[in-house]
Amino acid sequence: MSDIIRRDPRREWIARNRLHPLHDSVANAVQGEVRGPSGLLRKNPHQVGSIGPNGLKRIDRLKGNAVAGVGNKRSAANQETVLPLHKVDNPDFYIVVVPDMIGGRLSGHDKDILGLAHTMTSTIEGTGAVVAVCFGESKEAHYDLAGVDRLIHLSASEYEGFAPEARLTALTHIEAQLAPKHWLFPDSIHGGSDLGSRLAARLGERPATQAWQVSSEKTVCRGAGGSLDITRQTPRILMLLEECGEAIDETRHEALAIEVDGISVSEPALQDKGLMDVDPSAIPLAEAEFILSAGNGIHNWDQFHKAATILGATEGASRVAVDDGFMPRFRQVGATGTWVTARVYLAVGISGAIQHMQGIGQCDKVVAINTDAGCDMVKRAALSVIGDSEEILAELMLLAQARKKGSQEEQSDAA
Amino acid sequence: MQPNVVSLVSIGRHPQSGRARRAEQDGRGVELGLKLAGEKLSVLHVGNPEEPVLRQYVGMGLPAMTVLKQDETADAVPALSDYLQQEKIDIVLTGVRSESGESSGMVPYLLAEKLGWPVVARVADIVSIKDGVAEVLLALPRGQRRSVTVKLPFIASVDNAAAPARQSAFGPGQRARMESVNTHGEVDQIRVNWQEAPAKPRPKRLKTVKAKTAADRFKAATAKPQGGSGKVMKNESAAEKAKAIFDLLIEENVIR
Ligand SMILES: Cc1cc2nc3c(=O)[nH]c(=O)nc-3n(C[C@H](O)[C@H](O)[C@H](O)COP(=O)(O)OP(=O)(O)OC[C@H]3O[C@@H](n4cnc5c(N)ncnc54)[C@H](O)[C@@H]3O)c2cc1C
Repeated sequence: MSDIIRRDPRREWIARNRLHPLHDSVANAVQGEVRGPSGLLRKNPHQVGSIGPNGLKRIDRLKGNAVAGVGNKRSAANQETVLPLHKVDNPDFYIVVVPDMIGGRLSGHDKDILGLAHTMTSTIEGTGAVVAVCFGESKEAHYDLAGVDRLIHLSASEYEGFAPEARLTALTHIEAQLAPKHWLFPDSIHGGSDLGSRLAARLGERPATQAWQVSSEKTVCRGAGGSLDITRQTPRILMLLEECGEAIDETRHEALAIEVDGISVSEPALQDKGLMDVDPSAIPLAEAEFILSAGNGIHNWDQFHKAATILGATEGASRVAVDDGFMPRFRQVGATGTWVTARVYLAVGISGAIQHMQGIGQCDKVVAINTDAGCDMVKRAALSVIGDSEEILAELMLLAQARKKGSQEEQSDAA
Repeated sequence: MQPNVVSLVSIGRHPQSGRARRAEQDGRGVELGLKLAGEKLSVLHVGNPEEPVLRQYVGMGLPAMTVLKQDETADAVPALSDYLQQEKIDIVLTGVRSESGESSGMVPYLLAEKLGWPVVARVADIVSIKDGVAEVLLALPRGQRRSVTVKLPFIASVDNAAAPARQSAFGPGQRARMESVNTHGEVDQIRVNWQEAPAKPRPKRLKTVKAKTAADRFKAATAKPQGGSGKVMKNESAAEKAKAIFDLLIEENVIR
C-alpha cells in the first residue's frame, strides 16, 4: 500500500504558488526526498541556500571544499582527517620489511615495499602483521601512516652506521623469534641488497633479487643484467626494485614495538673507519647530497665559493648566474640544466622561477636565503631566512669554522 | 709480500646488442687484481673453456687463466668453493652482479658463507694490505666513500666505481694458456622450473590523485606551492639566522 504514491493536488498547488498565504508552511514542511509524478527525484531550487544578511540569497556550491580564504584559514588548518586504524591482534604470521632508512627516514622505496607487504598479507590466509626492522637512529615520525603494524627498532650503537654483520646477527635472531613468512628488502645500493644477500646466504634460502611484480604466489624478477624477466614461485626472501608496490595512504597502523632481546653481537670482521672526505666538487651535481646553489642574489662570488668549500657542499647555480658567466654551464640546476636529488638544497638569492623549481622537485629539504619574503623559493622552503646573502653566508662560515676547530681540538685531546 | 688474489670472471652481455663481452664489473675486478698482485693474479671462470670472451680477460696482461669446466645449467658455487678451499688465497674479487643468467649477485655471499670468510660489498678500491689486514674503500651512493679494514682472507665484490678495466690486447689474449680443470657440477634444480622471457618495459607509475570531488581534483591539478609550510625567519639577527640554518644542516647530517 505504501508503494502507491498519493498526491495531494491542493498542497502541490500551494507549493507551486509562492504568493499563497500558506506557501511557506507547505514548502518548509516538505523535507527530504520529493518524488515527481513519475517517481523521479525532484529538487526544489527555491529551498537551496539561505538568505544572507543583506537579504540576498546565498548559495554555497562548494560543498565544504572552499579554498582556505582569509576568514576560515584556521578552521582549514584544524581539519586534519584521521584515517581509519588498521588493527592486528594476535597475528598468524609476520612479513618482515627491512627498510633502508636513508637519513633515518623511510624513503619512497621503503614505503612502496611496506605497501606491497600489506597487499601480500591480504592475499595470504590468516591475519598477518607487517613488521619493520629499523637500525640506528630514527627520525621517522610516521611509521603508522606508512603501514607498520609492528616495529622493531634496534638503536644500539653497534648497529649505527656501517655494521652489516651486527645487523645480520640481529636479523637471524628475529628469524628465530618470529619465523616470518617473508623477508622483504629494498634492492638498493643503500645497504638493502647487501643485507638481504647476507641473510639469504646465512639462512640458505634462494632469494628473488630485482623483483618487481610480486604476489604471494608468483614473482617476476629481472635477470641477465635487466634483459630478462624470470617468473618464479615467490621465495621467502625478496629484494625488491623501486615502485614494486603502492604505498599505504588510506589507513593508519599501530606500529607497536616488539622487543628482541638476547642478541649478542660478536666482534665484526669489517671494521668501519668512517666516511672519507671526498671532494664535493668532483661529485656529479645530479648525485650530490648537499648543494649550495647561487642565483642572481649573490654579489660576492669569492665568498660564495669559499662558503661551499667550508661547508663541504657541491655548488649549483640558477640560469641567471650561469648566463652572466659566474658559474659554468654544468652547474646549472633546473629545466634546462640538471635535475638534482639532493637531500639538502641551500638556495642563496634564487627567486624560484618555475624552470628552476622543476630541477629541485626531488629535493627533501630546501633552505632559502633571500631578501624577498614573498618569492616562490620561500614558499617551497622548509626553512627560509630573509636577509642579505653576504651577511648570512659570512655568519655560516664562522659557525662551520668554529665547529671544525672544536672537533679538531677534541681529537687532539683524545690523542 | 704480495697477496694471493683470485678474480672470478663471467661472460658479460652488451646491454644494447646483447653480444657476449667482457663483463663490466668483472673487468674492473681483474684490473684491481692486477694492481694488487700483478702478473701473479689468478683469473678463474666456471663454464666452457672454449668461450672466446675469456681471451679478453687474459688479454689484459696475464699469461694464463683457469677454467673449471662445467655444464651451463650447473650451479657454479660448489665448484668454486671446492677449488678455492684447496688453494691458499688471500683475496677473492668478484663483480657485484653478473650480466647474464640470474644476475642475483649472490655468488660472493654464498662463497663467503661456505668458506667462512667475511664479504665486503661494493668495493671501489683496495688501498693497502699490511700485516694481514686490508684497508678497503667502499663505494656508497652519491659518490661517497667509506673506509673499512678487514682481515685476510676475504671476498670482495667490485663496484662500477672502481678503476675501469684496461684495454685488452688481442694477440697476447689468444696466445695465453687456458688451464681447464674438470669438475662435475649438479644441475640447478630450482631454476629448471622458472620461466624466462625477454624483459618487458616496466609501466611508469602514474600520478593518481585520490580526490573525492571535482573541486579537489581541480585543486590538485592547479595547486601552486602553498605558503606557510616552512619556517620563515625575518627579524632575527644575521647570526641567529645562520645558526638556524647550521642546526638544520647538522640535523640532516650533511656537515661532518
Ligand atoms: C626556456 C627557459 C628555460 C629556463 N631554464 C632554467 C633552468 O634550467 N634553471 C634556472 O635556474 N633557470 C632557468 N630559466 C630561467 C628562469 O626563468 C629564471 O629567470 C631564473 O631561474 C631566475 O634566476 P634567479 O632566481 O637566480 O634570479 P632572480 O629571479 O633575479 O632572483 C634573484 C633573487 O635573489 C634575491 N636577492 C637579491 N639580492 C639579494 C641579496 N643581497 N641577498 C639575498 N637575496 C638577494 C632576490 O630577492 C630574488 O629573489 C629558464 C628560462 C626559460 C625561459
